[in-house]
Amino acid sequence: MSLSALVLVVIACVGAMTGPAGPEWWRVPLALLERIPGFGESGLGISSGVSPLEWSIIWDIRMPRVVLAGIVGATLSLGGASYQGVFRNPLVDPYLLGAAAGGGLGATIIFTTVGSDRLDWPVDPVPLVAFVFALGTVTLTYLVGASFGGMRTSSTLVLAGVAMVSLTTAIQTFILQRNSDVVRVVYNWILGRLATASWGDVVLVLPYVALSTTVLLFHRRHLDVLRVGDEEAAALGIPVARVRLTVVAAATLGTAAVVAVSGLIGFVGLVVPHMVRLMAGSTYRVVIPLAVTVGGAFLILADIPGRTLSSPAEVPIGVVTAFIGAPFFIILLRTRQVSR
Amino acid sequence: MSSVEFRHLAVKYGRRAVIHDFSMAVASGSWVGLIGPNGAGKSSLLRAVAGLVKYSGDIVVDGSSLSLRSRSRRASLVAYVPQEPILPDEMTGREYVMLGRTPHIGYFGHPTKSERAMVDDVIGRLGLDEIAPRHLGVLSGGERQRLVIARALATEAPILLLDEPTSALDIGHQQQAFELVERLRREHGLTVISAMHDLTLAGMYSDRLALLHEGTVVADGSVEDVLSAETLAEFYGVRVTVHREDDGTVVVVPRREQL
Repeated sequence: MSLSALVLVVIACVGAMTGPAGPEWWRVPLALLERIPGFGESGLGISSGVSPLEWSIIWDIRMPRVVLAGIVGATLSLGGASYQGVFRNPLVDPYLLGAAAGGGLGATIIFTTVGSDRLDWPVDPVPLVAFVFALGTVTLTYLVGASFGGMRTSSTLVLAGVAMVSLTTAIQTFILQRNSDVVRVVYNWILGRLATASWGDVVLVLPYVALSTTVLLFHRRHLDVLRVGDEEAAALGIPVARVRLTVVAAATLGTAAVVAVSGLIGFVGLVVPHMVRLMAGSTYRVVIPLAVTVGGAFLILADIPGRTLSSPAEVPIGVVTAFIGAPFFIILLRTRQVSR
Repeated sequence: MSSVEFRHLAVKYGRRAVIHDFSMAVASGSWVGLIGPNGAGKSSLLRAVAGLVKYSGDIVVDGSSLSLRSRSRRASLVAYVPQEPILPDEMTGREYVMLGRTPHIGYFGHPTKSERAMVDDVIGRLGLDEIAPRHLGVLSGGERQRLVIARALATEAPILLLDEPTSALDIGHQQQAFELVERLRREHGLTVISAMHDLTLAGMYSDRLALLHEGTVVADGSVEDVLSAETLAEFYGVRVTVHREDDGTVVVVPRREQL
């Protein structure tokens, strides 16, 4: 756990060190240290020699992006691990119940109705509407699933999710087909992006993500009990329906928040939990906290080639996660099988 | 030590009544075997005690109604071993036995040092030290069954419900599992209620048998009284011979219809 936290910090530093323009890479950690009270000139005397302009590149351009990538990666992989636990299904991801499809529809509606006028608004409406639509879609899924006995069996909920995702995607496709001028903008949004990240985005998602993470960390023992099935978990005194609702609500809140600011970043929510399991075992006591640190580190790392490979153009982050994640996962799977 | 009393218990799945007007008192520290053909309501009865199905009537443990107790209090009184327990492949034996402590851990709590020590003690007493660190997916049927019993024991519940606990085991492992339960019953004064298919095994281990048919008790009493060729013919629709061994064991042997 502490090792993975250390790796996260190191990777975050590497993230802050890379990018076009800016100071030499080795000055970046010094510049960060220098500003921690007690380390600077009045304390240990660390001096990085970074100019105010260069510092502004580090702090106002690179750091928000690194921090946001960390938050998004952590939240998606935590959401994925929780969904996989509560549905007892290794193939689900946090978009299962419609958080991504709903967010996509919300963003599409804003892009088509308000268009570029939204830039004149005091607040960008896209993340807010995407957030509301993401939560709304998952709530609808839950209500549909519950009306067919979804509290008792998780499979009805999963099926309701499949239905809601197709419906939402169909509406979105219909809108796009009638407004082909915004296809490119929407497509860019769907592919996910961290390029425009600012401290404002971080502040926007932080309360929801913090709440979601706290609730999920407190429920990791329940997720372990749920592994023996609803019935046996109930016989062991676990309020199964309430735990499932709480975990789904918390994971959805976090997912909806990060979808709203970063679009749809695939692969992280599905595969990072499995990476964690392959590395550290399957008990949720370990998987849940590690999903946070490994997920955060993974997305920060994935974002580095995204902005440097074809610099100054950007490779969409969703493409990079799949490109890095898929082979890494296959290697991990192979080494695990050999060692058995 | 805990007694269980059923008072006019009824269980319905939709409109279909699977248990109706079931009344019986189970003495503290005794082993009651529930027998009866498939669909007689044995499993539903155990599920009602475990709080997994809604019921009317009352189930009274040590003089007070189970329905008045909290979910976790109920779970700490009654340990339930289902017919086909789910054992996640990637979970270790120790983690699995630890789940038995769930009713004793608060909603936001985590297992304490003494909980871990208690689980290690259970593992040691059942001779499971070797299989405890291994993954459940690689264990044999007999080893898995012993872990399931260990998990039930770890709850420290005075009442143990077993639903066809050995239906997947060969005859040797069946006997081992029942011997283990019998030993634990004597050591800890457990009250055992078990649904059983094998009538001979049911007779060997139970103090008392209850024969269920269409959701109600049709014969209840000592092994000798219930396991009679006439009764079994009437409710199972089979022709059997009932032998009595010198040591008192009752053996039920099916007979071919045509010879």
